[in-house]
Amino acid sequence: MRKGPSLFNVTSVALGLAFLYLPIVILVIYSFNASRLVTVWGGWSTRWYVELWNDAAMLEAAWISLRIAALSATLATVLGTLAAVALVRAGRFRGRTAFSAMIYAPLVMPEVITGLALLLLFVALNVDRGFWTVTAAHTTLTMCFVAVVVQSRLLDFDRSLEEAAMDLGCPPLKTFFTITLPLIFPAVAAGWLLAFTLSLDDLVIASFTTGPGATTLPIRIYSEVRLGVKPQINAICTVMIAVVAFGVIVAALLAKRGELVRARRAAKA
Amino acid sequence: MSDTGASGRRSWGARLVILIPALWLTVLFLVPFLIVLKISLSQSVIAQPPYTPTLDLTGGWQAVRDFAAALSFENYKLLGSDWLYIVSYLRSLGIAFAATAILLAIGYPIAYGMARAPRGLQPVLVMAVFLPFLTAFLIRIYAWINILQREGLLNETLLALGLIREPLIWLSTDTAILIGAVYSYLPFMVLPLYASLEKLDDSLLEAAADLGCPAWRAFWLVTVPLSLPGAVAGALLCFIPIVGEFVIPDLLGGSGAQMIGQTLWVEFFSNKDWPVASAVAVVLLVALLAPIVAYQRLQARALGER
Repeated sequence: MRKGPSLFNVTSVALGLAFLYLPIVILVIYSFNASRLVTVWGGWSTRWYVELWNDAAMLEAAWISLRIAALSATLATVLGTLAAVALVRAGRFRGRTAFSAMIYAPLVMPEVITGLALLLLFVALNVDRGFWTVTAAHTTLTMCFVAVVVQSRLLDFDRSLEEAAMDLGCPPLKTFFTITLPLIFPAVAAGWLLAFTLSLDDLVIASFTTGPGATTLPIRIYSEVRLGVKPQINAICTVMIAVVAFGVIVAALLAKRGELVRARRAAKA
Repeated sequence: MSDTGASGRRSWGARLVILIPALWLTVLFLVPFLIVLKISLSQSVIAQPPYTPTLDLTGGWQAVRDFAAALSFENYKLLGSDWLYIVSYLRSLGIAFAATAILLAIGYPIAYGMARAPRGLQPVLVMAVFLPFLTAFLIRIYAWINILQREGLLNETLLALGLIREPLIWLSTDTAILIGAVYSYLPFMVLPLYASLEKLDDSLLEAAADLGCPAWRAFWLVTVPLSLPGAVAGALLCFIPIVGEFVIPDLLGGSGAQMIGQTLWVEFFSNKDWPVASAVAVVLLVALLAPIVAYQRLQARALGER
């Protein structure tokens, strides 16, 4: 028999969640503050959102960041899924230790080191820095997160379906797309979302690898924040939080719906 | 995608699955580090790129020998002799150590509470702890500036409660860096701890209780040792990146002694001294090598157990 949670358990989880969410909630509330002084409450207002809408440089940066995030997340999802399949299904191969080391090291590597290293590579290769170098850098970092997420899903699932398909003469590639991919899809989608938000959010690696004409949103926000707190920053941050929250809710609903469809199919069969 | 067949040969498709990500990571992760190592042995010059020597492989063997002869350990001697750098390294390690200790102390009760929650609620709690990680890092640090500044909410609240007479200075202190680090890395501590606590078999604790072991002793003798892998994974996942952290000390810390991530940033962006910045990166990497290898081992073992 399991013991239920004690008062201490409930309190520590509640306090922990409050600690995690309170600063974000405060930020969102203050983005609707009418006062120019960030700390004085001057009543509800949406004026900072209007000013944000007229801030062409900020919108331009947001557009660049969204494009980089979408592109690098898609590339990272393909590469990361391949890497996960290689780690879980390829068994032993030469260089496996080095391969898994290259997957796990970027997860904990301080960003200043990764950023500097990538920049020096781009300089050595003599490529123009900007949109594409930031995209390549973000792909490299986020594919490792995708690989870890997809890998845990691959480890958990039942291989007999794949084996049955192959026994019936289904070629490996077709088996992957008709059996494996639908089964691991929630993890692949979660990996994409994670890669997207990590890219949208990155300041350090983007600062190193960017060039003229590719100022991303975090770089823009950072240069504003260094000059002091501005109500407009609260507004853009709230918009970013809303975008991520929306994405997460949609992903959760899709996963739920997928489960329902599969359950229904299983019931029919 | 299939395993090696009975013949021991791998199909081309299976090879590509390994080769494509391996090639990408080799070019964009492994090779860059070799370049960092090389440039850390170079001299800074006012040119484009701002270092010498540069390797020109078209020059043949002679060019390679000239290149090797021009490499020097000057930058490393500088790092070892200038207190600025030594203090910076030690400070980063100290702050990361303190932050990790606080994270363990705060994270353990949270993870323990989550593992004790009703089964149906647990996935929701995991998601709730993970969600803040998806909202931008920069935003979460920025949110704390609002709270910690002189006229910020923390001081206002403490004043209103009558706990302090006049506003305290929070921002631009080590306390602010620690708060920022603990806040940002809490999910990385809680989730691995929860994963190991959740697997814990309750019958072990019942057996201990049946044999007359008091609850606190059973916790210390059974729960804590069994959750150790989660604690170590969480600690490494927090400690390693915090040592090299740039955004947190830059926005919340003071203008005094810097953490090593800031030192590297300043050498690179302000002083434009690429070789010294590279040497700072190499020494930082060497210092973190042991924890990184430990983390990799732990990951590999966790996957083997399944």
